[in-house]
Amino acid sequence: MSAIVSAEGVSQVYEVKRGLFAKAAGLKAVKEASFTVEEGETLAIVGESGCGKSTLARILTMIEEPTEGHLTIDGIDISAGRSSDVKRLRSTVQIVFQNPYGALNPRQKVGAIIEEPLKINSKLSRAERREKAKDMLAQVGLRPEHYDRYPHMFSGGQRQRIAIARALILDPKILVLDEPVSALDVSIQASVLNLLADLQDRLKLTYIFISHDLSVVKHVADRVLVMYLGRPVEIAPKAALYSEPKHPYTKALLSATPATNPDDRGERIRLTGELPSPFDPPPGCSFNPRCPHANERCRTERPVLTEHGPTRVACFAVDEGRI
Amino acid sequence: MSHVEADEAREGIGAGIEDRKAKVSPRRQMLKEFWYYFSENKGAVVGLYVFIAIILIAIFAPVLAPYDATAQNRGALLVPPVWADNGSWAYILGTDAVGRDMLSRLIYGARYSLTIGLVVVTLAVTVGISVGLIAGYVRGWVDIVIMRLMDIILAFPSLLLALVLVAVLGPGLLNAMIAIALVLQPHFVRLTRASVMAEKQREYVTAARVVGASPLRLMVVTILPNCLGPLIVQATLSFSSAILDAAALGFLGLGAQPPTPEWGTMLADAQEFVLRAWWVVTFPGLAILITVLAINLVGDGLRDALDPKMKRS
Amino acid sequence: MPLLTIRNLTVTFDTASGPFKAVDSFDLNVDKGEILGIVGESGSGKSVAMLALMGLLPPTATVTADELAFEDHDLRTMSGRERRRLIGAEMSMIFQEPMSSLNPCFTVGFQIKETLRIHLGLDRKARQKRAIELLESVGLPEPERRLSAFPHQLSGGMSQRVMIAMATACHPKLLIADEPTTALDVTIQAQILDLLVDLQRDRGMAMVLITHDMGVVAETAHRVVVQYAGQQVERQPVETLFDEPHHPYTAALLSAIPERATGDRLPTIPGVVPGQGDRPDGCLFNPRCSRADDRCRTIEPPHQSDALGQALCHYPLNTEEAA
Repeated sequence: MSAIVSAEGVSQVYEVKRGLFAKAAGLKAVKEASFTVEEGETLAIVGESGCGKSTLARILTMIEEPTEGHLTIDGIDISAGRSSDVKRLRSTVQIVFQNPYGALNPRQKVGAIIEEPLKINSKLSRAERREKAKDMLAQVGLRPEHYDRYPHMFSGGQRQRIAIARALILDPKILVLDEPVSALDVSIQASVLNLLADLQDRLKLTYIFISHDLSVVKHVADRVLVMYLGRPVEIAPKAALYSEPKHPYTKALLSATPATNPDDRGERIRLTGELPSPFDPPPGCSFNPRCPHANERCRTERPVLTEHGPTRVACFAVDEGRI
Repeated sequence: MSHVEADEAREGIGAGIEDRKAKVSPRRQMLKEFWYYFSENKGAVVGLYVFIAIILIAIFAPVLAPYDATAQNRGALLVPPVWADNGSWAYILGTDAVGRDMLSRLIYGARYSLTIGLVVVTLAVTVGISVGLIAGYVRGWVDIVIMRLMDIILAFPSLLLALVLVAVLGPGLLNAMIAIALVLQPHFVRLTRASVMAEKQREYVTAARVVGASPLRLMVVTILPNCLGPLIVQATLSFSSAILDAAALGFLGLGAQPPTPEWGTMLADAQEFVLRAWWVVTFPGLAILITVLAINLVGDGLRDALDPKMKRS
Repeated sequence: MPLLTIRNLTVTFDTASGPFKAVDSFDLNVDKGEILGIVGESGSGKSVAMLALMGLLPPTATVTADELAFEDHDLRTMSGRERRRLIGAEMSMIFQEPMSSLNPCFTVGFQIKETLRIHLGLDRKARQKRAIELLESVGLPEPERRLSAFPHQLSGGMSQRVMIAMATACHPKLLIADEPTTALDVTIQAQILDLLVDLQRDRGMAMVLITHDMGVVAETAHRVVVQYAGQQVERQPVETLFDEPHHPYTAALLSAIPERATGDRLPTIPGVVPGQGDRPDGCLFNPRCSRADDRCRTIEPPHQSDALGQALCHYPLNTEEAA
């Protein structure tokens, strides 16, 4: 296996104007994110709202260009910013969004939605496009007669299938899934997750699965990257992360996820406080105001990702063996 | 059969999958729903019937009108309408100061008013949407320049501005229409810009960008069709204000020139007879009132029918 | 005597394409001091039933019930004024979107004090004191400062705390929480659930918790009602519901949760919740049920005995254990 995506110190800063005369503030949505994704694996990126996971998705799909760092996808360094490279990578990386109601153009028929990528990026004839689109419909578990319908006639789960069909029509190698099942009911969620697993097997896809739901991630991921306030705090193989979480934030996150067994109602790690403002992140480790293990060093120095067995974690308490 | 299909078949997914369907075709269904919401508003339905009647009158004017609109009868000056003293069945709504049949002139006038409305709205909508689309999509300084320009146009009382424009271009129906279109189009620019800005944030637009759609395609194919709802409503309401403005310009002598049977011009011609012959002013005024009211009612109904739908989809 | 009794509540909406029965013969008893969970997927009518109870439905809805009683008040015969006095004081409700439940034009303090003025008639000084107490009781740090904050200055979690403070201002006997944590992050969700359970226990308040998340139910509820397509398909204590579901829908819903899945593929429920035009004959679940036979397709099932979770099914599951 080889790395199909590698990110090195990728950062994204937004200039946000706060009021008419105030100086624009730099909002660091993603800070120095470094990670790799192996071909054919599923890397899950987990975190709460505002942790930068969606910004990372936008960077990976080249909707936005990172302000710093290097991002290499399928051997091409996209931070070089050549438009020919970006064009080539359009068919390598595709994305499925969270909201199946917002992600499909309500004025386009399903067929037109699925064919649009082909129309723009290939020279196929009308008939060829049509055939390909119908084939793709079948692959995602929809029927050919759905080709002529409008999105509003479909349920959430079916719309998500249409979105997946659109993403796959260009035969991408990498699929970025931005909370693909968060808006769906449990029973529908299950069938979409099954479909994604099947497609990955069959088409040898690499998934970058962005989610806030640790129980879904546990089902789909090979490796998990936990983000907090724009920075990766822990990267670990799934088994290691769930059996032996290292970072205090990962532990809190796991313990906060409701267990679906009433007998397991136990004491939770109660995280106090809220996510700090990204405009004004705390000095040192960004988790220190909420961390039960924080000491003086955590409040002044910033920890970097270091290896502990299969896990890479950014925490002084782990480094120093305090936890 | 593909692997997934086989699975789906085994689980019976394909079978259960929807058919949250459609006994009738989707377009019919949408129309039916549209009519349901539209017909909730009784005033709108009445307005629609009146408006259709006016259109029919305009189309069949030569058949309906008893006389030629400009034919003068020296023997019948200022004949009152049929129900008044001295009225005659020959001139149901009476005649004007030079002996032209009021009814015929009003019937032909409908043609002018509808043409004015149509031309003005088409002009204003085309220009307004294009400019608004660019402003809302490109943003930055282009947006600022365009919007300040529109603010300047909006800062003038609209009739005054139209007056100035006609004065520059020279009086006449065509110039009046151009002037009115120019005065009305900032409304379309603002409306388009606002909806484009809102729609641009939606995920389906991002999805089209990820696929590599060009800005032009994004603007015209992806975004624009989703902004049409409020624009249709605005277009209807502009239709009536165009008729009103054209009548006003005509009344001031800067719009259609006599002997054109345009309602506003007719009013202007009749000014001096207001006290002696009430019918020469009343009927053109009523015609304008009824037409504008009908169109505004339809516009309200459209708003009721289109707005909640916009939110749902 | 139960605190709240609902017998045979039916809610019908007038829509463009005819009447739609959103809630069908809804029965509910809530006792003092218990937490009752109502679970269901979107479109199951779980929120509509409670909105009908509160009298918050739009005029297109027709509400009928054989009994609708809160303690000894009959809510059906009550005048609007009496009902409004009862709602907010004796029973109150919190909603899914805390951000939009607060009026953005007024400060948090103003909105809390408004509630106190209307229902308790306290004077200015007493209101200020009580408002601070309330914010303290829901765990908001620096309550004095928060009183003069506007809703947009609060995070989702804080807004939900404010909503809870307002809802519990008059010591209601019943709190209805409609998806109170769905819009929140997991760690914040855990905090809010803890807060709700603590408040409920300390004040002996009854709580109806509406949610789609089986995990939330498992963590908090005492008794559970499972809702499907407007009908209650099962009513059980939480422990036995998760171990021995009696209705096939409950069983399918539980097994579709990724966390409980055993294999690689998740068990799914085929099809979608029946909508307005495609309600099947007989049992509403029959098109999606693997065990349905001709009887299910023609005859509407009765509610089974208490031991069988009052399952709305001809052939309830797990009958041996219950016997």
